[in-house]
Amino acid sequence: MENLNLKPVTFNLDVKPLREVNQYLHGDASELNGRSIFIENPNGAHNIAVGLNAQMDVTIKGHAGYYAAGMNQLAKITIEGSAGSGVAENMMSGVVHVKGFASNAAAATANGGLLIIDGDAGLRTAIAIKGADVVVGGSVGSFSAFMAQAGNFVILGDAGEGLGDSIYEAKIFVRGKVKSLGADCEKKTTSAEDRKILADLLIKSGHADVSPDTFQQYGSARTLYHFHVDNAGAY
Amino acid sequence: MCGIVGLLVRNPKMRDSIGELMLPMLIGMTERGPDSAGLAMFGAPVEADQRKFSLYSGTADFNWSKLGHDFEKHLSIQAKVEPKANHAVLTTSLEPATVKVWLKEHYPQLHLLSVGQLMDIYKDVGTPAQVAERYDFKNFKGTHLVGHTRMATESAITPAHAHPFTAGEDWCLVHNGSLSNANSLRRKLEYQGIEFETDNDTEAACRYLQWRMREGDDLETALHKGFEELDGFYTLLMGTRNQLALVRDPFGCKPAIVAEHDDYVAIASEFRSLAHLPDIKNAKVFEPSPMEMYVWKI
Repeated sequence: MENLNLKPVTFNLDVKPLREVNQYLHGDASELNGRSIFIENPNGAHNIAVGLNAQMDVTIKGHAGYYAAGMNQLAKITIEGSAGSGVAENMMSGVVHVKGFASNAAAATANGGLLIIDGDAGLRTAIAIKGADVVVGGSVGSFSAFMAQAGNFVILGDAGEGLGDSIYEAKIFVRGKVKSLGADCEKKTTSAEDRKILADLLIKSGHADVSPDTFQQYGSARTLYHFHVDNAGAY
Repeated sequence: MCGIVGLLVRNPKMRDSIGELMLPMLIGMTERGPDSAGLAMFGAPVEADQRKFSLYSGTADFNWSKLGHDFEKHLSIQAKVEPKANHAVLTTSLEPATVKVWLKEHYPQLHLLSVGQLMDIYKDVGTPAQVAERYDFKNFKGTHLVGHTRMATESAITPAHAHPFTAGEDWCLVHNGSLSNANSLRRKLEYQGIEFETDNDTEAACRYLQWRMREGDDLETALHKGFEELDGFYTLLMGTRNQLALVRDPFGCKPAIVAEHDDYVAIASEFRSLAHLPDIKNAKVFEPSPMEMYVWKI
């Protein structure tokens, strides 16, 4: 993505207001496509690099606050520290890579793109994803993939309580232990097609050394799609 | 919303500047809590037979020296009164029950914020920066502290409703969140003879823990029972003579982040409040898990 003819741009949030940085990042795609942009001293500020819509390469050099890289399209955004709640929420495309840990609701409702978290992720990770891919190198908290509709969710560590509660057609792959499954989420046999999806995601997220065969797949039992009186207790 | 901060200084050389280290932490939580702020500071203990009483007057022109004079005259015992704007710390060797009765009788307009040998409490309305300036937080010295910035959601904005709350000597608690069963909890505890000063939901949580510990539970057991009894969202940060303790509700609805460093342990609602601590780059920064109890000792 990086274009060597374009000069990298660096912003220091200690002196530059975040709003001006985000306005620059919302500029014309011809100015931004292929450019590398560095954001120094993020110091946990909220809403860094939200709403991007060009093929740029943004590096946040530290810890980000809430909603970092939200609604991302096309851009590759790397957070060198941790991320607060709602990182890459409602992402449409592109790649967001958190090198530390992420707090609650990472990738919430994301439609597309790839979120990579190297460390642990909090509660409600990948909640209601609608097509995004999410790879977590560590463990995830409770109620992750709640009502997840489409997309793939790979967990290299463990999952907390109520994984995949009321899940639709998203696919979950867990290498560690699952504390408990949510309503209507069940173990699945991994097909050759799903194994390929998993293997590709492991390569893309820097885990090429991890065998796809060490994962257990989970998905929807499809009993809650339509109301049935026998299931009343599960709603 | 509301913001919480906690700081425990491990390096004895840095304890004289704990106020200065804490100030950007408290101010960093202004957006989460702009209407009032408070601080419980654990400093050097008074003599073994003495107690400190943190008092709040409500008006800055209160005659604190008259209070000290009356106290000594009526009770024939020495008392030291150190005023700071509309707060003062009264130090005496008279037993707390007698002091409380005397205060209620002669100075009913005063609020008794805390009793202890190490802990002073300051809380007031205003932005964190204004409150810190009013009471000179910057120059506080000590081992550990618990602070709070409040955005009121369920009861009035008054100094008495601001945090920290206390439940026993040298014990305090701050809260980010809201409890939905605070009223029923209060009714239950009042039957047990526990007295309330406000209708604040955090006070209900605080008195609940006070009651459990009065019944013989240690803090950990009391908190485990609290997970069953407290209905709502909370991150609770507590300070005792020699430790800070932190818990989050089972749904992790309210945030907390911790930085552990050789020189200090710092806790805040968000990383924004930790970003300016010395050598933070080499601290171990993590998010505490829900329903787990974290304890740091000095």
